[in-house]
Amino acid sequence: MSADVSHPIAKLAVDRESEAVVVEVGGLPIEFRTNHPPFRRLIERRYAGFLNPSARPACRFEIRLTRSARGIEQDVRVFKVGSTWCLERGDFQAELDLRTCEGSIRQSGNPYSLDSVLRITHSLLLAREGGFLLHAASAIRKDRSFVFAGVSGAGKTTMIRIAPADLTVLTDEVSYVRRAGQRYRAYGTPFAGEWARSGANLSAPLDTVFFLEKATANRVDSISPRAAASALLRHILFFAEDADLVRGVFDSAVEFVSRVNTARLAFQPDASIWGLVG
Amino acid sequence: MNEKYIVRSAKVASRLLEGEMMIMSAADSTLFNLNKVATLIWQAADGRTPLSEIVQSRICREFDVRLDVAYRDAEAFVHELASHGILTVLDQPVAASGAPEKPWA
Repeated sequence: MSADVSHPIAKLAVDRESEAVVVEVGGLPIEFRTNHPPFRRLIERRYAGFLNPSARPACRFEIRLTRSARGIEQDVRVFKVGSTWCLERGDFQAELDLRTCEGSIRQSGNPYSLDSVLRITHSLLLAREGGFLLHAASAIRKDRSFVFAGVSGAGKTTMIRIAPADLTVLTDEVSYVRRAGQRYRAYGTPFAGEWARSGANLSAPLDTVFFLEKATANRVDSISPRAAASALLRHILFFAEDADLVRGVFDSAVEFVSRVNTARLAFQPDASIWGLVG
Repeated sequence: MNEKYIVRSAKVASRLLEGEMMIMSAADSTLFNLNKVATLIWQAADGRTPLSEIVQSRICREFDVRLDVAYRDAEAFVHELASHGILTVLDQPVAASGAPEKPWA
């Protein structure tokens, strides 16, 4: 039996269905529903290139827009009550029940609030499988991905700006690393820094993680697994106040450096640096 | 000298890398990198072995250092770790259950 979409009730059902937007980053689709069409269109524009309406969502959020007077200056808090994760900052409050993978978000119409919820949700989902989000730029060259980790001002965006033409940018700000068996892959993300552009929605096996350091000459230095693990942990985006998850992220970082090449990359803003990378 | 006993917190993640211990506090994600001497103390922190015995049998035997000097440094070290909540310093050994033993029991 087919539905009669000309009937008012059927029409309403179709409209409600169309309010859902599925944003797939790192192969993990997350569905957002809003009864506010302009905000839905804003989400679609913000994550264009990462929309996958046919994907089966890993989790779903219902968004309710509020008139929040508070901004993003407040520190984010992520904590668990029973099986529910609670995500809070001045501009949003969100909950996600891990059993049902259903959640809700109360936020202002600022798309950057949703960006934060999306990043935190991915960090929680990835922590369960040995992956993580990293404060790092990343790019694909010759079917391999390279990650450049560093604090603000370390040169992540610069590495992307001076990249050769045969390179595909995955992000200049937040890299997405997922475990694939005994190896790892880096994925593109819509999270941009000063470059102000979404990365490509692609992925490739991870070749090397470089820890950036500004210098007067270009140089690649080897780094011990211990120093690499310390450096990596400084750049992993992790927000949750949860002992088990902290232990999981620590173990993931140590495991990661035992399987992936890591190095320190001292560089000056000069395109020749890419000759040392790969 | 009153004996001291040290026991590792359960609220940490730790891993031995290149012979030295990395410890992360699960409470606030603070990362600690221990040197080889500190690693020996950490590994021996079972809550039952007196700190003086750990220093004498593990530190002084392995490193060329006087007992009183090593003990003073070890005491400062364990109190520092205790201030971060990743180690507990006790005046008496823990029982098998993990609780301090009552002296009269």
